[in-house]
Amino acid sequence: MFSEFIDRRAPGRYYISALNMDSSYLDIYAPLLLMFILAAGLAGVLVAASTLVGRHKHTREKDQPYECGITPTGDARAPFSVHFYLVALIFILFDIEAIFLYPWALVYHELKVFGFVEMMLYIMILLVGYIFLWKKGALDWS
Amino acid sequence: MEFITQHPVLVVSLGKIAVLLFVIMTVLAYLSWFERKVIAHIQSRWGPYYVGAHGLLQPLADGIKFLFKEDLTPPVADRLVFTLAPFLALALALTAIALIPFGPPMQLLGQQVFVVSNSEIGLLFLFAITSIGVYGIVLAGWSSNSKYALLGGLRSSAQMISYEVSLTLSVVGVLLLAGTLNFNGIIAGQQGYWWHLIPRWHIFPQIIGFFCYLTAAIAETNRVPFDLPEAETELVAGFHTEYSSFKFAMFFMAEYANMITVSCLATILFFGGWLSPFPDRWTWQLFLPGAALLATGVYTAFDTVAQMRGLKRLQMTIVTLLALGIGSLCLIPVVAHVIQGPFWFSVKVFLFMFFYVWIRATLPRFRYDQLMSFGWKLLLPVSLANLVGTAAWFVWGWMRHG
Repeated sequence: MFSEFIDRRAPGRYYISALNMDSSYLDIYAPLLLMFILAAGLAGVLVAASTLVGRHKHTREKDQPYECGITPTGDARAPFSVHFYLVALIFILFDIEAIFLYPWALVYHELKVFGFVEMMLYIMILLVGYIFLWKKGALDWS
Repeated sequence: MEFITQHPVLVVSLGKIAVLLFVIMTVLAYLSWFERKVIAHIQSRWGPYYVGAHGLLQPLADGIKFLFKEDLTPPVADRLVFTLAPFLALALALTAIALIPFGPPMQLLGQQVFVVSNSEIGLLFLFAITSIGVYGIVLAGWSSNSKYALLGGLRSSAQMISYEVSLTLSVVGVLLLAGTLNFNGIIAGQQGYWWHLIPRWHIFPQIIGFFCYLTAAIAETNRVPFDLPEAETELVAGFHTEYSSFKFAMFFMAEYANMITVSCLATILFFGGWLSPFPDRWTWQLFLPGAALLATGVYTAFDTVAQMRGLKRLQMTIVTLLALGIGSLCLIPVVAHVIQGPFWFSVKVFLFMFFYVWIRATLPRFRYDQLMSFGWKLLLPVSLANLVGTAAWFVWGWMRHG
């Protein structure tokens, strides 16, 4: 049933060959763009309906930020823990690692042992950084 | 005009998207009913009961109520960003569903039937779209100019980016097995059976990867036990504290849409997508969808006669007739063939949704420091080890067979 899509170059592995498929980019990505436009339109209609329908009557109490009935003190735009920033930095580091792993995983069966050794070296370097972060306490939350 | 006649894909996909959006919106509405009903029954309550038979019209009533509630934008809030946040969250959550194949790559007049966009890099694209979704939450938390909202937004974004690393790493094992990022390709690679009985799904070789994915996915969608951003005992409602009316509902719709996307992804990557769990030689499975619907129809028929009075009886009669009608339609061999893929896909996704609700009714919430250290100190190394183990397993195979 799917034999026309499957190209058995490596034994036991399945590859989808990009060359065999009718992969006009427009046919694939124009529907995605269309979906985004329609979904955005739907979300826009909902936001508009929410603003237009229903009554609007401001009172002093209603206009205050919600703080469980206590009169709010000070601005909410206060400085926050630098730890959140640190998490964002570590995230970038490891997400880039993940992004490098994706193409590697796709060509792994062609690179074979070479690909394995190279990637292990790469992961090892990152692992050193990971252990360093752990020892420094960057992953602790207190 | 000529451009459109040269590319019929645009018109066809417009139709497909319209159907898809209609189905998704209905499913989102009834997911809220389903969740309330299941949690209620787990806690020995009845759940939605009064609006329609079995509370089946409750989502409709909720929608109308949301629409007519007062939409309040705090004067201290950043007006533009405050409106943009729910819009972004919902629009992106819905867009991601366009990449999901709901059935086999069946073509009708040269057009794909069950998928809107059959991208070669489907998985990567889906991760790209869903990771922008975090903006909806960050912007909502920041723009409200309320302390609870800001803290909720910060916590939520930190949590989502922490677990996103494990999420992306946990599926690399599957990629090593499948060798493609295309969803239909990943599913086609799971065809066949071990000992002519057990389907060759990735769940069996990738069981550790699956559990990493599942945990990270629940955390990504901000659900119990990872629903720290909206821990009501400490943060009121988290990032959507200041939201009201339909803008509030939109965050919930986005959350449910993300749950559906993540469940679809789990189905595709680990559970064979639209493949049947039974061997091909069991031909009777062709009539399972029809039989299941007919059985539902018979059950609701008894329910209608025994339990329902007045208007509710009319509603349940309509439900019964629909189930019986569509059920008998599904018994026609041609329809049965076409419906196989979508049937198994929705059954698997439904089981995941049930699992989500089940977990919500069962588990308590994490503490925030536990959550962060669980993500960074356990989930990340385990998913990395799973990936290395999978790669090493292949090397072992090459060593033995050359």
